[in-house]
Amino acid sequence: MTAVPLGEPRRLVSLTIDGQEVTAPEGSTVLDACRRQDIDVPTLCYLENLTPVNTCRVCMVEVEGSRTLVPSCSREITEGLEVRTDSERVATSRKLVFELLVSSIDMSLVDAPTLGWMNHYEVDAERFGSAAKTVDQEVKIQDDLYVRDYGKCMLCYKCVEACGEDAQNTFAIAVAGRGFDSGISTEFDTPLPESACVYCGNCVAVCPTGALMFKTEYDMRAEGSWDESAQSVTTTICPYCGVGCNLELHVQDNEIVKVTSPIDHDVTSGHLCIKGRFGYEHVQNR
Amino acid sequence: MPQAANPAERAAIDALLGPPASGWDGGTRTDLDGHVAFGGLHGAAADRHLLLPALWEIQDQIGHISKGAMNYICERLSVPPADAYGVASFYSLLATSDRSSRIAHVCDDIACRNAGATEILEELSDRADVHTGPCLGQCERAPAAFFQLAGQRDRVVAPATTSAIQDVLDLNRVAEPTPVAESTPQLRNGAQDLSVMARVGRVDPLSLDSYLAHGGYIALRRALTMGPQAVVTEVKESKLRGRGGAAFPMGIKWEAVAAEPAADKYVVCNADESEPGTFKDRVLIEGDPFAIVEAMTIAGYAVGAGTGYFYIRGEYPDAQSSFEEAVQSARRAGLLGADIEGSGFGFDIEVRRGAGAYICGEETALFNSIEGFRGEPRQKPPFPTQAGLFGKPTVINNVETLINVLAIVTAGGDTFAGTGSAESTGTKVFCLSGHVHRPGVYEVEFGASLGELLAMAGGVVGDFKAALVGGAAGSFLMGDRLDLPLTFEATRNAGASLGSGVIMAFNSDTDFVDLVLRIGAFFRDESCGQCVPCRVGTMRQEESLLRLAAGSGDEGSLLADVAQVMSDSSICGFGHAASWAVQSALRSGLIGGSS
Ligand SMILES: Cc1cc2nc3c(=O)[nH]c(=O)nc-3n(C[C@H](O)[C@H](O)[C@H](O)COP(=O)(O)O)c2cc1C
Ligand code: SF4
Ligand code: SF4
Ligand code: FES
Ligand code: FES
Repeated sequence: MTAVPLGEPRRLVSLTIDGQEVTAPEGSTVLDACRRQDIDVPTLCYLENLTPVNTCRVCMVEVEGSRTLVPSCSREITEGLEVRTDSERVATSRKLVFELLVSSIDMSLVDAPTLGWMNHYEVDAERFGSAAKTVDQEVKIQDDLYVRDYGKCMLCYKCVEACGEDAQNTFAIAVAGRGFDSGISTEFDTPLPESACVYCGNCVAVCPTGALMFKTEYDMRAEGSWDESAQSVTTTICPYCGVGCNLELHVQDNEIVKVTSPIDHDVTSGHLCIKGRFGYEHVQNR
Repeated sequence: MPQAANPAERAAIDALLGPPASGWDGGTRTDLDGHVAFGGLHGAAADRHLLLPALWEIQDQIGHISKGAMNYICERLSVPPADAYGVASFYSLLATSDRSSRIAHVCDDIACRNAGATEILEELSDRADVHTGPCLGQCERAPAAFFQLAGQRDRVVAPATTSAIQDVLDLNRVAEPTPVAESTPQLRNGAQDLSVMARVGRVDPLSLDSYLAHGGYIALRRALTMGPQAVVTEVKESKLRGRGGAAFPMGIKWEAVAAEPAADKYVVCNADESEPGTFKDRVLIEGDPFAIVEAMTIAGYAVGAGTGYFYIRGEYPDAQSSFEEAVQSARRAGLLGADIEGSGFGFDIEVRRGAGAYICGEETALFNSIEGFRGEPRQKPPFPTQAGLFGKPTVINNVETLINVLAIVTAGGDTFAGTGSAESTGTKVFCLSGHVHRPGVYEVEFGASLGELLAMAGGVVGDFKAALVGGAAGSFLMGDRLDLPLTFEATRNAGASLGSGVIMAFNSDTDFVDLVLRIGAFFRDESCGQCVPCRVGTMRQEESLLRLAAGSGDEGSLLADVAQVMSDSSICGFGHAASWAVQSALRSGLIGGSS
């Protein structure tokens, strides 16, 4: 009699990272293996609940035998792999990728870890001069729920994935155009309310640059009242249907200002529908 | 209410896809529609590869893709409109807004701007229906123009003049293009001993009988008696390297795909030929299309693939129609289809037309393009031999590479390996253009030097200054390199690359700053935009070159940094190579003021 194992057993694969022999379960990525060792690797387009698209190229590492650097977020580990995350070449590349990025988009609203990496690599925002072409453009406000400021868009494809195959299966947005001129768009740039968008907010939730923002947050920022340090986060369960999605209510001055879901929650993987995301007015109807 | 297609748009799509089956895919709704399932998700996904052909159909018939036409295509193929728009807007030959139904794309790329294109474009600068664009693959008859004429076959005019362009646009007067044999000096001179080009100019490209009379299908018959394994062995022994730019050994790819247990495998012929300065594949397709059909069939037999895709750039209407005719004749003769020559082996070929995107020549971008997605390259691994077209094991080879298979199978891999040099076996078809007296394609056994090739092309017009070898993704070779044998190994050791076999010669009167700026613009224009180093790096490289042209002396370290991050961290070979020509121009003092 043998016990039935829970979950798939995974063989351990050994590799070296920065000279250290380490092991990680088969099927892990180099990034997973690095994180097991508490090695900090910057990422922008990677998110646990989305398929890696490996487009941002800040997570690059050196792999023995590879002519070019390798994106750690999508490269699966193999036995005997020799990885370097701390070489001069890696640092130079990461620094330059950040410098290219910040020269082309407005990164003023990126999260704290990203700011940390940019400091760590001593990113010079002026490296390419003040005349460097950017993707600056008019902010799109077409409804009461979203604000889309594509001058901040780094083309990480996260919103497209969240809207499409990885979560919502709505496919309201895609990357359109080519090269420096490409951007996230509905068909023929149709206004969002006339598109297939169902306002689940999953695109906004995954956006790393603040290009996509809930209108509540945008308006509060505009009037100078948005203050994350004054916000509390309360976890609860969505009251609308029987699925049981976890909600995180971000509350400031006793008002719900944003609703998210934990990315590691096994019901939602961080994704919600329009009701859980925006249907909180009745709570505040005092 | 979404916009509907007008009757002409609907008719164009229905002619391609057949009438809709039900209310579910754009037809009339009937009571039955609520009670039956039509294919579901699998049925829908299975049709996505028809997206690009459907967009082309509308573009060809109507002249631009309206919202209504796009909606109808999306209904028919179950593709989300945002996705379809993302695909259409990726390609420069597809218009998503109303524009003139007759458009001239005048090449202002390297060879053409040195042959008067700039002046032509100046004269036509007030016409909205005259666009500029990258190399059209007609460099030996520069300057060139490509015409998209709605409702008519697209055309090429080369060499083009201002009045010839006006004649096509305004009077619909198109001169027939010169047959390849006449615009190919080596063939005009009756050169013997050619291998890849043996039949070009001699065979009637539209006649299977003529092909058979010139030794056609001997190789396939031989292959069928040898068995697949033996064919792969011969190809391995030939040491043939790919002619599409990456110089990868063909036998290794074939062996890998042959060894894959998958039931579905594919053979893809890469006829996207968009590297500036490259036009050899066009000459081969126009001049000897059956050879490619036969070689693809042998490839299918050797690796166990039942379907081949021939992906040709959208600017080659003549080459495409000659290839399509060859496929049809081969089908009629039982040389394509089920049970070829009674062998039990079945194989057929689908033709796909690119739509103006250099990046679609990159193999994985090409797969995405065929599959109906944006032509964005994929991160490798997995390699095409493991997961290529439709995720299946795939052999992808260049046109010229494939034609070599015929000689390998007929004469044996060993014999083939005995020609050329140690690492570069066989012959190479070089594309000579720019400041030479007789531009054109020249086939030579590997080992000929740069100087010898320039001499074959009649020598340089004026004083030789530099040759751009390998195209925009290549590098400049100066006068001290005229003795360099143009083999894969010798060019690699010299820090250059043979690429697809481009040799563009420039004399001392050339404005190299202008030329390198054009290369910078090319990479900025043609980047797919997926990854940060290349999307932004190509823009910063061009900006820096513009400052350099304006007299800034201090761009070297910035250009070097951009070059390093692009080649270290981009996803694909495009980004890796986007700085090579610029860097080599700087190193050799052609630009940057240190000459
Ligand atoms: C940006 C880019 C463009 C390319 N364009 C072409 C092309 O137009 N034709 C071609 O045969 N190969 C092209 N290639 C090379 C292909 O990716 C691939 O290596 C080739 O088709 C393999 O065939 P071969 O081994 O016969 O050369 C290109 C590669 C890159 C990176
Ligand atoms: S809008 Fe945000 S999530 Fe979408 S691609 Fe841009 S940066 Fe990424
Ligand atoms: S290197 Fe350039 S062309 Fe290649 S995937 Fe990246 S952006 Fe696209
Ligand atoms: S996080 Fe790996 S490429 Fe973006
Ligand atoms: S056709 Fe103009 S440069 Fe090639």
